[in-house]
Amino acid sequence: MSSADISKIVRELKDKPGALLPVLHGIQEQLGFVPEEAIPIIASEMNITRAEVHGVVTFYHDFRREAPGRHVVKICQAESCQAAGSDALTAFVKRRLGVDFHQTTADRLCTLEPVFCLGNCSLSPSVMVDKEVYGRVNAERFEDILQEAKES
Amino acid sequence: MSVTVYVPQDSGALSMGANAVVSAIEKEAKSRGQQVQIVRNGSRGMYWLEPLVEVATPSGRTAYGPVTKRDVPSLFEAGFLQGGKHALSLGPTEDIPYFKNQERLTFARVGLTDPVSLEDYIALGGYRGLGNALKLTGEQIIQEVTESGLRGRGGAAFPTGIKWKTAYSAPADTKYIVCNADEGDSGTFSDRMIMEGDPFTLIEGMTIAGLAIGAKQGYIYLRSEYPHAHRMLDYAIHKAYFEGYLGDDVRGSGKAFHLEVRLGAGAYICGEETALLESLEGKRGMIRFRPPLPAVSGLFGKPTILNNVISLASIPIIFDKGASFYKNYGMGRSRGTLPFQISGNIKRGGLVEKAFGLTLRQLLYDFGGGSLSGRPIRAVQVGGPLGAYIPESQFDTPLDYESFAANKAMVGHGGAVAFDDTVDMAKMARFAMEFCAQESCGKCTPCRIGSTRGVEVMDKIIAGRNREANLYLLRDLCDVMLNGSLCGLGGLIPYPVLSAVRHFPQDFGVKDVAALSLP
Repeated sequence: MSSADISKIVRELKDKPGALLPVLHGIQEQLGFVPEEAIPIIASEMNITRAEVHGVVTFYHDFRREAPGRHVVKICQAESCQAAGSDALTAFVKRRLGVDFHQTTADRLCTLEPVFCLGNCSLSPSVMVDKEVYGRVNAERFEDILQEAKES
Repeated sequence: MSVTVYVPQDSGALSMGANAVVSAIEKEAKSRGQQVQIVRNGSRGMYWLEPLVEVATPSGRTAYGPVTKRDVPSLFEAGFLQGGKHALSLGPTEDIPYFKNQERLTFARVGLTDPVSLEDYIALGGYRGLGNALKLTGEQIIQEVTESGLRGRGGAAFPTGIKWKTAYSAPADTKYIVCNADEGDSGTFSDRMIMEGDPFTLIEGMTIAGLAIGAKQGYIYLRSEYPHAHRMLDYAIHKAYFEGYLGDDVRGSGKAFHLEVRLGAGAYICGEETALLESLEGKRGMIRFRPPLPAVSGLFGKPTILNNVISLASIPIIFDKGASFYKNYGMGRSRGTLPFQISGNIKRGGLVEKAFGLTLRQLLYDFGGGSLSGRPIRAVQVGGPLGAYIPESQFDTPLDYESFAANKAMVGHGGAVAFDDTVDMAKMARFAMEFCAQESCGKCTPCRIGSTRGVEVMDKIIAGRNREANLYLLRDLCDVMLNGSLCGLGGLIPYPVLSAVRHFPQDFGVKDVAALSLP
């Protein structure tokens, strides 16, 4: 994506009141992350400092600074999922994918991230792949989810 | 003749394969030449039974669950379209004790129908509250809210009427209604269920709030972890605009109310009201000093009503059935109902809307059926990551704001997370501090530095290094955080930590907990 494309996203959203989060979401929705070169473009389009944009990008867990893999896999680490075995599931997934949190598999299939609550607590432990939630996930079910991700 | 089959589209049901069940039913019906009309309803909140498939029979809706796609051929074999018996039969849906024993006011419509059908919403009593509110003045609306006894359902339990009155009385040309839908607490999902299962209720409640104080613009600040709720809200808002329930002239009243969903970005602190406002303004989610209160100077410096999803979604029924109807539920100063949520290590997890006053034991055992692992329930965290851990000896405390406060605990948003006897409470206390360190906005020292020191001290206690001195240090640190933090994150994180030490001292190697004189 060129800087003209980034400018276009910014221009579409920048006139909303308090537009910076919608702008950053708009860029990440398109690119999967917020690249470094987007920061001066946003700053100049919105007439704010680069420091302000940088401050906001780095404050929020959602905004990625690097391109993720084809899929983003999030494992819930919050209390309800812990009570239902998310620690063991997390250890299994890390071994299975050969990555730690915030890392991407060598084949670029998935990026693994922690998340604190997906609101699916009655069906803990929960996993999210892109925008889909999976409940009562164990090692066996994770294999199915992974297979699905490979095929999609 | 076509038979109506309900398969929820709630994200909990989806997480257990509801879409695959729909495809399987369609495929099977086609191959058998049977006419089936599938309605994607919200969830009834009985998550251990999801996907819960219901069939409309002449004698009412009958349920089957949990259904997987592999069960579908045998369901057809058993004649489920006529309500036939099957191993997954649950009988009439509303006779299932878990459901039958609830008092559903705010959740009255959730699970009954297609959540984004405005026709169904109106047929089931929706927008009657707005109709009544349109006949009242702003002051009268606020009077009704005050009389209902409704208190903020987000956790702080501040009287909603007083908040509205403050925003009403603040002179300004522009005012805002903001809904806090940043439901970040583990073990809570009632906001999500309303937004996915009955989004018009929230829209109606916000519209009434707008009428009350003369606000023309509302925002729903939604956490980004809820993409399905986002889709449902956007769709419902679009419909409400189209049918004249939102816009420049709400139902021909000449009054304007506009509504927009804004996404958070994964910061827990943005559930704190002033951090939420900063975030909505496009800034880092740093909390603000109070005063001024948001009701006086909130979004963009204007008077703002900032309420939780459940608070706002409880407004329509108050205006439909009257303040006294709502107030007649509950106990003491906790009026009305609260949608409790049970999760964690629990057999029958889900949503239970009940009047205040039922006990934790009733919630965990009568509804929840005990632990999923079959082991004894040892600890329950009530009120999210900032709530206290409750030991078995306090399971008979009635769930109301004041009774819990007397035990140095909080009801909060009504979530209860059960842990069985394999839980290590020192580990949970460490987790609380670690979570606070990760999510602290960094504005005040007790929270920013205190949480990191808290993790270090907990590491030493767990490792058995100079344990006694470190426990005193932990106690003093918690005292500083409790009393010195600017907001509820640093100010409440000592609740889970101190309750863990107080009620489960053996996990910390403490022999005489009284000697610690915990705050």
